[in-house]
Amino acid sequence: MVQLRLFARFREELGVDSEQLESDDLRCVEDLLSRLRQRGGAWSRLLAEDQRIMMAVNQEMANPQTPLQAGDEIALFPPVTGG
Amino acid sequence: MYTIRVDSEPFDPNHEVDLLRGEDPAIGAVVSFIGLMRDLNEGDRVDNMFLEHYPGMTENALEQIVKLAFERWQLQGCRVVHRVGELKPTDPIVLVAVASAHRKEAFQACEFIIDYLKTQAPFWKKEATENGERWVDARDSDDEAIRQWSQAGSDH
Repeated sequence: MVQLRLFARFREELGVDSEQLESDDLRCVEDLLSRLRQRGGAWSRLLAEDQRIMMAVNQEMANPQTPLQAGDEIALFPPVTGG
Repeated sequence: MYTIRVDSEPFDPNHEVDLLRGEDPAIGAVVSFIGLMRDLNEGDRVDNMFLEHYPGMTENALEQIVKLAFERWQLQGCRVVHRVGELKPTDPIVLVAVASAHRKEAFQACEFIIDYLKTQAPFWKKEATENGERWVDARDSDDEAIRQWSQAGSDH
């Protein structure tokens, strides 16, 4: 299993703060993104390939090619706006 | 020597700068940036703001940015304080204060840290305006600032 976490606009529009997902066929973050897009609706809209998405694996900034393993915490969020 | 704090309570930037400059008599220059909450954005009055963050990752991301600055410039100290939660107009949002022996390092490192914080630290602003609540959009100019730092290389 891996843990998915969502923040800011993603958390609000998807109505999910965090969830556990099977990790068997997830080699990298892109695999997770394509699985989530298949849910359709707001998932496919917010995570579409032309959207700006930031991602972190185990609380470090990551990219779609970052490898995954069981137990990882993956976060998806819109571009950050602090400062 | 650096201090990083994510704070849900208002903070006094002057007090933070005093603490920094008192840390080491080798400090000859302190440069600070204070980001403040404005009451106007995109033409709308903003009554208050909520700053969301990613606890745990936020502190790690800020520490990595500060460490990059210490690798790049000769620095004597640094304090970064960032508010989260509910903010009102005029509240300080962020303080980046950098100390060095001479001014150039402190000026450059301060700008570097705030530029990286803007694009790499997991904070998100949500504004309550006269026309309702909205998430603040990231600015392309912030990404451009990072590109310039990475092209500049080690230029101190």
